[in-house]
Amino acid sequence: MADVAIHSATVVRPRGAKPKTRFSGGNIMLYGTLFVVSVYYLLPLWVMVMTSLKGMPEIRMGNIFAPPVEITFQPWVKAWSEACTGLNCDGLSRGFWNSVMITVPSVIISIIVASVNGYALVNWRFKGSEVFFTILIFGSFIPYQIMLYPIVILLREMHIYGTLYGLILVHTIFGMPILTLLFRNYFSSLPEELFKAARVDGAGFWRIYFQIMVPMSLPIFVVALILQITGIWNDFLFGVVFTKPEIYPMTVQLNNIVNSVQGVKEYNVNMAATLLTGLVPLIIYFVSGKLFVRGIAAGAVKG
Amino acid sequence: MTHSIQVKDLSLNFGSVSVLKNMNIDVAEGEFIVLLGPSGCGKSTLLNCLAGLLDITDGEIWIKGKNVTWAEPSDRGIGMVFQSYALYPQMTVRGNLSFGLKNAKMPKEEIDKRIARAAGILQIEPLLDRKPAALSGGQRQRVAIGRALVRDVDVFLFDEPLSNLDAKLRSELRVEIKRLHSRLNNTMVYVTHDQIEALTLADRIAVMRSGIIQQLAAPQEIYNRPSNLFVAGFIGSPSMNFLHGATIDGGAAFQFASTKINLAGYEGGAILDRPKAILGLRPEHLHIQDHSEPGLTIPAVVEIDEPMGADSLVWLEAEGGLKMSVRVPVERRMAAGTPVHLKVDISKASIFDTASEQRV
Ligand SMILES: Nc1ncnc2c1ncn2[C@@H]1O[C@H](COP(=O)(O)OP(=O)(O)OP(=O)(O)O)[C@@H](O)[C@H]1O
Ligand SMILES: [Mg+2]
Repeated sequence: MADVAIHSATVVRPRGAKPKTRFSGGNIMLYGTLFVVSVYYLLPLWVMVMTSLKGMPEIRMGNIFAPPVEITFQPWVKAWSEACTGLNCDGLSRGFWNSVMITVPSVIISIIVASVNGYALVNWRFKGSEVFFTILIFGSFIPYQIMLYPIVILLREMHIYGTLYGLILVHTIFGMPILTLLFRNYFSSLPEELFKAARVDGAGFWRIYFQIMVPMSLPIFVVALILQITGIWNDFLFGVVFTKPEIYPMTVQLNNIVNSVQGVKEYNVNMAATLLTGLVPLIIYFVSGKLFVRGIAAGAVKG
Repeated sequence: MTHSIQVKDLSLNFGSVSVLKNMNIDVAEGEFIVLLGPSGCGKSTLLNCLAGLLDITDGEIWIKGKNVTWAEPSDRGIGMVFQSYALYPQMTVRGNLSFGLKNAKMPKEEIDKRIARAAGILQIEPLLDRKPAALSGGQRQRVAIGRALVRDVDVFLFDEPLSNLDAKLRSELRVEIKRLHSRLNNTMVYVTHDQIEALTLADRIAVMRSGIIQQLAAPQEIYNRPSNLFVAGFIGSPSMNFLHGATIDGGAAFQFASTKINLAGYEGGAILDRPKAILGLRPEHLHIQDHSEPGLTIPAVVEIDEPMGADSLVWLEAEGGLKMSVRVPVERRMAAGTPVHLKVDISKASIFDTASEQRV
């Protein structure tokens, strides 16, 4: 193969004008813009990381862009395990585990239900399935604020107001429209004849779902996973409204630490706490960025 | 003769659109039926109804003497082969073949035995552990046929199985399907819009248009005695020559412009006097000669000839600007502008009533 390529390269010479090299006007513009944009986004991050590694005396000197003279991890330790919010003084760790306990079941349940929804809507059309779908999608256009209070009442009536279960239920339901749409579109892009062949082969609803559909749908599951993990982890509104202090998710707790009015403002601790809270979505993006793009390209945003 | 498939008064509507209208088909055991018709006429829909993949609106379907109208696809004793092959991409060929059998909870030894047999018949043994993505189009279609084969069913349903293949492979697999049929001798219902496939494979052809069966008969019958104008025009390439005129003299002759053609020897019903009628003549049932015979020939002028390998097509213009085609041996070259006479073989002609479009 290699020598074939070399051979053909010597025979077929490139034609036309030589491509212009680095310092053309267009390139300077392009890279200039990219540079400015990255500085714009990276500078705050830089400031946060640097500040979180400084001690308070150094911060009071005021030069926020300068790297720390003396690196200390004390603010990180304090943010994680000692910072006080209200009555609790066990830091963000409590919020972290709360968020884990909220996010994991919400993500799993919502993805399972939505994928089965999408599959049923595409392959097992029932009377009124289109109406069902329209209502579901319409639901995603109603502003959350309108639904907050009714949901509080509903959860109270179900005796799960102020519990993790209540919040998990709310997250699962609110993820439904977009996830169902996502899965429905993906499944309808798979060839219908595969489904028919499986029916002729005697496979039923669940067997077709697990053995035919799911194995072909890995990319879209990854997309759904990322959307849900980041969405639920970053949620603040529902966390504040539907839970109580002991089980506040990390975001709410972060807010309480940062906005606490007692004592001096510990900027280094606040920065460390913020970075800790953002770590989970960040890791998700880094780990699965490629898969995410591939999943989106594989039909997630189609028709 | 026992019936393998019986379709009784079958109708199917998609919402308010009627796609299949009051169909009746009886298929004998071991028969090879081809459903032929233009795109969108409902061939695939009918096949899906037989397979149980669509709920019908009205009527009954019987397979092997059992009413299966509401039976599950897997309980109907059918195997189906799709146009896009529809192989499960994440499974190996072996997995594809065994999927249905595992669903039926068949013991492992029996599954292995059936796969070995099907793989032998279709010559796909070396491919058994590959994924479908690693197969060529022809190999994929063999596997798809194999999937129907291992089910050991009496009825095979094919939905345009060869239309995604190139011409050479298509004719090879066509022969193979025919061989398969004569070996297994099960009932086959085969959808295509390729006439050659239909004419070569079928015991009987059902020509469909807009959800209605126009004619259900043996290929030769369909070719030589099309029951109406649509069938006559649809079958045959190039299509039949249609002369618009009238039958006169109590049905003894056909008047076309200034030409009068003697109808003695016509094989059909009573011709009668019809002020508007159509005489249909296939290109191979006309003979070019240079002298006229009153009542037997049509004058025409050569426009162009197209040698097509085995034979040659001559395009001519008859009275009133009517374009006609005639098939001649390839050695016979015709110069443009030559005036000739076309001798009619009336025993192979068809006469249609213009109003009803039915063959007389
Ligand atoms: N799910 C559906 N809803 C509404 N109309 C449909 C549906 N499926 C098929 N049709 C219509 O039914 C008619 C018959 O379709 P069918 O697929 O049976 O045609 P066909 O004869 O197989 O054509 P082709 O040769 O192109 O495959 C078409 O007019 C099609 O538009
Ligand atoms: Mg079709």
